[in-house]
Amino acid sequence: MTDTPTAADAIAAQAASHPEIRPFWQAAAEGRFVLAFCTACGKPHWYPRAICPLCGHGGIEWRPASGRGTIYSVSVLRRANPPYALAYVTLEEGPTMMTNIVDCDLDELAIGQPVKVALRRQSTGLTVPMFTPQ
Amino acid sequence: MTLKGKAYIAGAYEHPTRHAPDKSTALLHAESALGALADAGLSLSDVDGYFCAADAPGANPLWMADYLNLRLRWLDGTDAGGCSYLTHVAHATAAIAAGHCDVALVTLAGRPRSEGVSIGVNPRAAAPDRPDEPWETAFRPNIAGVYGLFARRHMLQYGTTAEQMAWVKVSASRHAQHNANAFLPKVVTVEDVLNSPVIADGIHRLDCCVITDGGGALVLVKPEIARSLSRPLVRVIGTGETVWTQDGGYGDITRTGAEVSGPAAFAEAGVTPADIQYASIYDNFTIMVLMQLEGLGFCAPGAAGRFAAEGNLIAGSGRLPWNTDGGGLCNNHPANRGGMTKVIEAVRQLRGEAHPAVQVPGCGLALACGPGRVLGSGHGHATVILERE
Ligand SMILES: [Zn+2]
Repeated sequence: MTDTPTAADAIAAQAASHPEIRPFWQAAAEGRFVLAFCTACGKPHWYPRAICPLCGHGGIEWRPASGRGTIYSVSVLRRANPPYALAYVTLEEGPTMMTNIVDCDLDELAIGQPVKVALRRQSTGLTVPMFTPQ
Repeated sequence: MTLKGKAYIAGAYEHPTRHAPDKSTALLHAESALGALADAGLSLSDVDGYFCAADAPGANPLWMADYLNLRLRWLDGTDAGGCSYLTHVAHATAAIAAGHCDVALVTLAGRPRSEGVSIGVNPRAAAPDRPDEPWETAFRPNIAGVYGLFARRHMLQYGTTAEQMAWVKVSASRHAQHNANAFLPKVVTVEDVLNSPVIADGIHRLDCCVITDGGGALVLVKPEIARSLSRPLVRVIGTGETVWTQDGGYGDITRTGAEVSGPAAFAEAGVTPADIQYASIYDNFTIMVLMQLEGLGFCAPGAAGRFAAEGNLIAGSGRLPWNTDGGGLCNNHPANRGGMTKVIEAVRQLRGEAHPAVQVPGCGLALACGPGRVLGSGHGHATVILERE
């Protein structure tokens, strides 16, 4: 019995209900942040889907993302213990995603600030894309 | 086919409780149903259409239909979050227009207060098979934090200020002081709002709505039945609904589905925002009211903060008397789904039954609208326009 599931267990559990996004979690566990690009319209979208939500095409390709973006909005949850930063980050590639900003001075965060991806292993065993000031 | 005038709201009832530890959710639905039917002068045996969202015990209206022993020809369990009951007004009108039913009952109830749901503080749980679940839950978005994101972006993009947002709460509290059932009847000032603790950056405690137990119900009927009842005639003349998606990550969180549902309702009704004499606008957070005022066309994008700060939402002096029951911010937010109370106060205004201190003289045209679920990850929005005949 373990308190923290292994990455493989967590990816398998996620894939049980969302099998088509397994490649994202596999890449994240290996330290790579990838985006789903449509093979027809060429655009990346967020959150990742196996059918492009922008044009309806049923083909995507997982490509490495730059990991760079800017804060589109940020709100620090002051009542949480400890407080943490909920944010939307607009990726260099185009789409905006919900995330957390970590390893930072929470009082210094600002909209428009450049950030870079910081993949973080969760207690669930999954590695998720958070961001930190560049 | 236009739905204009095809159905009337003959009964409306807001459950007076704000805390019901000794009542089940089913009982609150039933008491609300009976209240609205009594208001209309009808009974359970008259009901042949039933509309209820996932606040129904068992998340399905079938169980409440059985509990109430309804004899139905039409059932609709559409769930679009807190705006479901506004959507149900449109769906019931369509069902009546099509002849699917003659007397439609819509109910809402819930007991988040008794169940100790700390909606505003704890991260929101999502069903594991929701497609967006893996991309949100890990980041612990709680409802105040998410609205903080909208508020901060709106502030940056348009120069909206915390003081302007506070005026929304101040306006609601001026109205709530006259409502004996209001959960927060005390008048507050802009300073009170700004001095209340910051829950999430962009959101003070007093920018948030209340969490209450309670319920409400509506009865919609076909025109012939409405005219046979001894109630003021309030007819549905415009409806609109939408789902405003997160657009694959290319959306703008300062905009809402009010941009779709509002114009659809105005077009069907054949009226413009300038014609509206009273507005119920869903107020789960103060920023949401400003965003909807802009989406509906009452204000230009970015201008709603100034509009609110000029006192325009206050009954008796403002240009757009709004949420005269005190709204979700001060009166009641039953089951964390405020769409129902929006319709009920609009009906009170059109009947001339609002509190005299906040009643709009000769109110003939009212709007009710609201969002459902959470902005940013795909939210519903619905608008209805009602007219006193
Ligand atoms: Zn595409």
